[in-house]
Amino acid sequence: MHVLRLSVRSGLRAFPARLRRAGTELAVGVLIAMGAMLSICLFLITAYFVILFVIGIGAMVLPIVTKWVRWLTNANRRVAARSGIEIPVPYRPEPDEFEKDIVGWIRRCKWILTDPASWRDLLWLLLNSVVGMIGFLPAVVLYYVLEGFALAFGLWKPVLRAQGTGREYFFVPIHSQPTAALAALAATALLVVWAWYSPLFLTVHAHFCRLLLGPTESSRLAIRVQHLAETRTGALDAAAAELRRIERDLHDGAQARLVGLGLTLGALERHLNSESDEARRLLRDARTSSVAALRELRDLVRGIHPPILAERGLADALRALGLASPLQVEVRVDIPGEVAPPLESALYFAVSELLTNALKYSEAEHVEVIAWHDGTMLHASVTDDGRGGADATKGTGLHGIRRRLATFDGTIDISSPLGGPTDIKMEIPCVLSSPKTSSS
Amino acid sequence: MRVVLAEDLFLLRQGLIQLLDAYGFETVAAVDNGPDLLAAAAEHRPDIMIVDVRLPPTFTTEGLKAALQARREIPKLPILVLSQHVEQMYARELLADGTGGIGYLLKDSVFDNEQFIDAIRRVAAGGTAMDPAVVAQLMVSHARDQPLGALTARERSVLELMAEGCSNTAIAQRLFITEGAAAKHISNIFGKLMLPPDSDSNRRVLAVLAYLNA
Repeated sequence: MHVLRLSVRSGLRAFPARLRRAGTELAVGVLIAMGAMLSICLFLITAYFVILFVIGIGAMVLPIVTKWVRWLTNANRRVAARSGIEIPVPYRPEPDEFEKDIVGWIRRCKWILTDPASWRDLLWLLLNSVVGMIGFLPAVVLYYVLEGFALAFGLWKPVLRAQGTGREYFFVPIHSQPTAALAALAATALLVVWAWYSPLFLTVHAHFCRLLLGPTESSRLAIRVQHLAETRTGALDAAAAELRRIERDLHDGAQARLVGLGLTLGALERHLNSESDEARRLLRDARTSSVAALRELRDLVRGIHPPILAERGLADALRALGLASPLQVEVRVDIPGEVAPPLESALYFAVSELLTNALKYSEAEHVEVIAWHDGTMLHASVTDDGRGGADATKGTGLHGIRRRLATFDGTIDISSPLGGPTDIKMEIPCVLSSPKTSSS
Repeated sequence: MRVVLAEDLFLLRQGLIQLLDAYGFETVAAVDNGPDLLAAAAEHRPDIMIVDVRLPPTFTTEGLKAALQARREIPKLPILVLSQHVEQMYARELLADGTGGIGYLLKDSVFDNEQFIDAIRRVAAGGTAMDPAVVAQLMVSHARDQPLGALTARERSVLELMAEGCSNTAIAQRLFITEGAAAKHISNIFGKLMLPPDSDSNRRVLAVLAYLNA
């Protein structure tokens, strides 16, 4: 009894807030229901243009209609989020750019039609035209409540006079003061129920939306993979840009300052008179350690980001590797465009490592380095005429290359039978950008 | 002697101008990018151009490209290229026309003022000055060649100095041998590498570089 009294009291206190909330839900519900009416129209239009597209026309309209459809579905997703049900947007990301002509429009349609989410949207449009009507229910219930109060507070009399019988409220005809009081009681009870439970209708609709508008497991994974691929590329690009920045900073900073120091030391030496042998000796020491520091910095820079890669790009950098090797290296490169900097660097270091291996272990005389791009993949092969027996499981060199290429979804394939020859093929999926006319 | 200097870093440009000044060179133009270098070369017709490989606007091998371009416009224009790193490929491009008047040095070489100035004079006179690091790279890439393998250690040292651009006298001084001994080593080397003997020391150096660059 006590508990009941308590809950009634707290219920009374919460009542105004509940009423306000139910009022908002009512408005939202009406919007949902209007969306439902819109969805049947959109369903018909979309279906119409999908069919038109299939028979060859309508390519320019379908993307626009789809934009409207997605506007509606996204609005419903936002509404569902209000009810506490988050529905992630499942659409495949739009490709970066489309051609301006008809090819672009057709590609755009293909992007839409191959996305399962588009078809689930279509089904949702059809079903929502019925289910969405649920949105009207809070309004309907409130109307009934208000009708009850209106009848109870006097409207029953004119109705009775005009129609001869009392208007029924909750199946009870109202034709007297007591029945009117009963109607008032019933309306009050219904108002309480409305205030507390009408948001439920919206929740039901939100669940329905999640069923069709949310991502399926496979599209959720596809989105996740896409996201991971994008962030990985971003991370790799950022790292490569950082390395290039370090290389340039060293070149214009520490390295230049050391050379400047050398110039100063030289000037100092010129100004020394010939007697101060000790001072000359100290100067020589300073010079020697500065030269050593420069050499160390140079080696460091080569390990971070080879200057020739920054200055000449991949093709010349690979040729330079060939030139620097004591082996007879033939380098052929056919890459009609720019390779992304992180990839360029990975391939450079891989080829460098493989040439070192060939020199150290293979007893080869000739090595052939070929790099080319076939439109989707960057290929590189390093072939020598040595004694073979290269093994990726031994040593860290080949393993390191494999790991490094794997970061780009690249692979390395090693064929090195005992007795040779060793043929190592690398493949990395990549898209070329058009050749730069001037460096940015 | 009139010099056109191309170096984009203020600190180094000023330092080099001072150094050149101290040794009686006149810096007629000091520029900081490729296009200006070309313009200065055409305007001043200097006795030598001293050029940093990496220059604006591209920060690639702008300086190298501009220097070679200038040399096409003004044949035999002596060029001394400076860089923070040496590449055999660039050496090859510089030496491609085979006419001398080419220097390619690490910036480290300014530490030894005397040798650096010596190199400038040599290049201006139509000789060559290759950084020991360039020569070391050239030697490494020929490490497995038969004829080079047949050289004695002393002959290799002589060959390296010759590739750097040293005259008989300079080789003799550096190795503490007589000029006669140096000349003997040189003729042995030419014999073993099967290069035609030549009395002109610049042409001899170019022959050696051409051999090593092959």
